Amino acid sequence: MEKLEKSLREIAEKLLSEKKVDLIIGYERGTRPLRTTPCFVNKTEDVQKLIWDSSCDNNLAKYVVDRKEKVGVVAKGCDARLIAVCIAENQVPKENVIIIGVPCLGVVDRKKVESKLEEKEILEATIEGEKIKVKGEEFELLLAKNDFLCDSCLTCKHRNPPIQDVLVGEEVPELTEVNEFTEVENLEAMAAEERWNHFNGELSKCIRCYACRSVCPLCYCKTCFVDQSIPTWFGKTNDLSDTMIYHIVRALHVAGRCVDCGACSRVCPVNINLRELMKKIEKIVKERYNFKAGLSLEEAPPLGDFKSEDPQEFIK
Amino acid sequence: MKWKVIEKSKLPNLIGELAREYEIFAPVDRKSIGSFERLASGSEVSLDSRNTKKPPKDVFIPQTETLFTYKTGKQEVELAAPQVVIGQRVVLAVRPCDAKSFVLLDKFLSSGEYKDAYYKEKRKNTTIVGLACNHPLSTCFCTSLGGSPHGKEGLDVLLQDINDKYLIEPITERGEKLIEKFPWLKEAERADIDKAKKLSDDAEAAVKSKVSIDGVDNKLDGMFDDPIWEQICQKCLNCGICTFFCPTCCCFDVLDEDGKRIRIWDSCQFSCFTLHGSGHNPRPSGKERMRQRIMHKFNYFVKTHGESFCVGCGRCIQECPVNLDIREVVGAISALPTDKRSDND
Repeated sequence: MEKLEKSLREIAEKLLSEKKVDLIIGYERGTRPLRTTPCFVNKTEDVQKLIWDSSCDNNLAKYVVDRKEKVGVVAKGCDARLIAVCIAENQVPKENVIIIGVPCLGVVDRKKVESKLEEKEILEATIEGEKIKVKGEEFELLLAKNDFLCDSCLTCKHRNPPIQDVLVGEEVPELTEVNEFTEVENLEAMAAEERWNHFNGELSKCIRCYACRSVCPLCYCKTCFVDQSIPTWFGKTNDLSDTMIYHIVRALHVAGRCVDCGACSRVCPVNINLRELMKKIEKIVKERYNFKAGLSLEEAPPLGDFKSEDPQEFIK
Repeated sequence: MKWKVIEKSKLPNLIGELAREYEIFAPVDRKSIGSFERLASGSEVSLDSRNTKKPPKDVFIPQTETLFTYKTGKQEVELAAPQVVIGQRVVLAVRPCDAKSFVLLDKFLSSGEYKDAYYKEKRKNTTIVGLACNHPLSTCFCTSLGGSPHGKEGLDVLLQDINDKYLIEPITERGEKLIEKFPWLKEAERADIDKAKKLSDDAEAAVKSKVSIDGVDNKLDGMFDDPIWEQICQKCLNCGICTFFCPTCCCFDVLDEDGKRIRIWDSCQFSCFTLHGSGHNPRPSGKERMRQRIMHKFNYFVKTHGESFCVGCGRCIQECPVNLDIREVVGAISALPTDKRSDND
């Protein structure tokens, strides 16, 4: 890790000093254990703040849209794919972004670590290779990192950024064999009523804080349909039917664009597994259009595009 | 009135008896989200956990609340008060930081010229039973804001976990009346009180996180146009987590839906928070919205009500998706040179 960090800082320093970018967006150590925080570096002397380890979970693609400066962004596979989607959707000129790709073996899900420790508070944590060392009052534990990765990382097939301008370190092996739709298949196997109850249960927890929208790099609409008042598309209370409309419309809006970075699930303060819904849509898009988002800088998402060979069996 | 004790195993009996007369709200762990809920039974309550993830403010300020209903005819509008009967309530196991939030909310919502009738009505019928913190978290900074893990402000009764028992300390007359309903409670012994004192002292010392708020209010006076807001808001996503999980944030939006005038929680971090009907928004970007949150908590409220609008519960620190830590924000403001304050006077 230290080697990677060193290399990352060198790249960042070079980009800044050669004026290829005005700003580097990366990660720095946060104020809590297992917590990093987005970091904005515009001076070469500050590149020392930049870090890289498996707690770098925020999706920095969020900060790319709507910037005047040229930026270099530290990007995991999922982040790089989302930057690619934003470029393909003409939200960011390619020449304004340098993707500093970082091969990623998965990021740690703090909620999983916390639930393992139940009521005990983690006061210190370090990630050392394959292990997470957590310390608290009167306890010290060594956990296997792979048991605590985010769900989206467990089935990620693009651990190496498929699109990048400069790569930090060396490529890591891809998970070619893993079935990324197991969760969706479990949902599909449910009876309709059971599935309905499942989603009712999940979405009834929603408090409408919109963190899932706010964290999503693809939620860049100038005015989100949630915030429109003329007309008001749906109610803003936490009534279940309104909450469902919000989540379903958002899921449809990212259809064929979502890369399953998992940020929406990670930030949800009431632990709604939003990925399930997104993943189902991702599967439909894959089946119907043989399309996977974020692998090209040019190709428009299938629902924003028309091709004569698109399935159109609904036209009779 | 003498202090009492109750064995932990007897607590469900007490709750059961209370429930005959009161609506009881207490921390429960529904779907792994600790929150204050109306108790269906005494066994549901979870007192051994940390403070609840959600603050107890929704006992008094529900996320969605009907203010009145209306029917519109050809010529006339008929209004009706909502059909809600609010009985006597007990909120059980409120942590001292959250109890302090009720004191602040009282100042904001039920004192001065404008009083919130809906809040006041619920509040006046409510007895608050606190639960002292024996194990503050690393994100707790109540002591920096005049609070304490065993503080009594805002409480009618304070419970303290002394291992196998709870020590029961009446604080107000209302609290004494509540305790009098349980003549079977045993009187506390000297050893119980000593043990509680020791635990309190330890807890106070365990609050390691300190934030220096001295002078921050005055310094903020001159910082309306300071470049610091641009820096602070850089990573903010403008979601509603910090405000929705804050025990004191109580801004709301009002809307009409199906013959009901409703108010819902709003957040100063949302883009349409102060969007005018004209389309103009005095807080068009994250910078202004971040400034609003910090100013309201550490400047405006201090000027209008004499203290900060933050209790140091640490929920915003725990929940923020990008680790935007309010302790760092206040620390950065505090660290600015003092001559800043007169820059824009």
